[in-house]
Amino acid sequence: MKIEAKNPVVEFHDLTVSYHKKPVLWNIDMTLPQGALIGIIGPNGAGKSTLIKAAMGLLPLGSGYVRMFDEALDKVRHKVSYVPQRETVDWDFPTSVLDVVMMGRYSKLGLLTRPRKADKEMAMNCLRKVGMEAYTDRQISQLSGGQQQRVFLARALAQEADLYFMDEPFAGVDAATEAAILAIMQEMTANGKTVIVVHHDLQSAAEFFDWIVLLNMRLVASGPIDKVFNNDMLQETYGGKLTVLAEVGELVRKRQMPSREKY
Amino acid sequence: MDAVYIILTSSLFAISCGLLGCFLILRKMAMVGDAISHAVLPGIVIAFLITGTRDSFEMIIGAALLGILCTFLIEFFNKKAKLQTDAAIGVTFTSLFALGVILISVFAGQVDLDQECVLYGEIAYVPIDLWISDSGQNMGPKALYVSALTLIVNILFIRVGFKQLYLTTFDPAFAATTGISVALWNYLLMGSVSMTTVAAFDSVGAILVVALLVAPPATAYLLTDNFKKMMLITCGIAIIISILGYYLAVLLDGSIAGAVVTVAGILFGLAYLFSPSSGILLKRINQKKEAEKLAMPKV
Repeated sequence: MKIEAKNPVVEFHDLTVSYHKKPVLWNIDMTLPQGALIGIIGPNGAGKSTLIKAAMGLLPLGSGYVRMFDEALDKVRHKVSYVPQRETVDWDFPTSVLDVVMMGRYSKLGLLTRPRKADKEMAMNCLRKVGMEAYTDRQISQLSGGQQQRVFLARALAQEADLYFMDEPFAGVDAATEAAILAIMQEMTANGKTVIVVHHDLQSAAEFFDWIVLLNMRLVASGPIDKVFNNDMLQETYGGKLTVLAEVGELVRKRQMPSREKY
Repeated sequence: MDAVYIILTSSLFAISCGLLGCFLILRKMAMVGDAISHAVLPGIVIAFLITGTRDSFEMIIGAALLGILCTFLIEFFNKKAKLQTDAAIGVTFTSLFALGVILISVFAGQVDLDQECVLYGEIAYVPIDLWISDSGQNMGPKALYVSALTLIVNILFIRVGFKQLYLTTFDPAFAATTGISVALWNYLLMGSVSMTTVAAFDSVGAILVVALLVAPPATAYLLTDNFKKMMLITCGIAIIISILGYYLAVLLDGSIAGAVVTVAGILFGLAYLFSPSSGILLKRINQKKEAEKLAMPKV
């Protein structure tokens, strides 16, 4: 089931991606709407991270293309931000919280230009937004998982992009961080920015997103949450793993998520 | 005066190597530095055979090309042939180095190069190899100029490309998405390592240059968690080991390069034991204090 976006900001066209000649994504063809909080959902190994890495040009495409703002990525890089999975970097790296956020400003600076005072203030503002201003000079190895994720989010905010791809930003974070990140994302989409999030938790997915992409190597569904987030679609996405789905499916049908503990 | 020349040359090379080494160890590529320092040998020999001199610009270019070829081969075997990184490094640099050794032995008659010199270098000869200007004036040791030039080139490179080098080291995927070419900066860094290695060859040799690439930055890494401070501390260590190493060698009447690296090793050991942040001794003491505090009976 596929619903095309009315005001598309990203277009995947017949995208196929392979790892070592083994296809991991088949014929992904969809459009995603501007100003939405979009969740990419699917089981482990469904190719969720692969999809956004391919969109960001980090993986070679087997066939097809991805267009953003109706342009190739290279022409609109300054409008697009990518937040990698937290585990992909070395958190023992000798750098401070502020330094990491400043990296979000690098693409706005030329080769020789050094960051100016305005860039630093901008970075500080982003840290304030994610509630990390008290940790400015902290070495990054001293941060908790949730704090690391907030720093990554602040770096993305410092890029001042219009379209954000985030790889598992809610993985392994505490409840307070989860709520803080969600609030920031909602504020971003309210301001017309588009946020695309790889997410693995079905229960919270129903609460978080406006638009859902269900993925399992091929595209199962893409559309507004109330149209595509139903038992049939989830069964199709998760295949035989019905045990996991039994209760979740029930919850989804009722469209209420009372079982999640809030802090 | 000889002592000053030797210490100065050694310090300048050690600083060049150390600054590049800071990036190498954080990229977990210290052993790629090792590989490059050996793999440049065939480049040097071929350039020597073509030009017939030992202190030529061509030699540095030849070495840089081989260094980049070595980096390329390691990545190629790692990515395309799916060989483990360490195996790819091991196969590549030993093969290239062996090729160089064969070239030297085959053309032994024509080449004023020998394995001893290539492997160990001899910094004690620095003050002998003087640069005499056309008017016959003594301008001081050639190696001193080479080391100073090498350092200037490296500082310029790091200064100009700092943001790119730093970002591609910390988070290459993110760097790539902002439009920075991760491969380009990797090859530029490896090209600099190759050139520095070759420039330092005569003085410190291929084996000891590896120590200069790794030991001072590794020591600095234990002493700070700020990258810029890590680079400054590396420079400090480079100078300290050059001075102490020289006098240790004089005292023992031994190899200067060997002594320099021995001192570097000792400094690393001291940092490991006594570093305020990651030293094991202070950690132990703190743990003991904590334990005592906890064990204290409440009154």
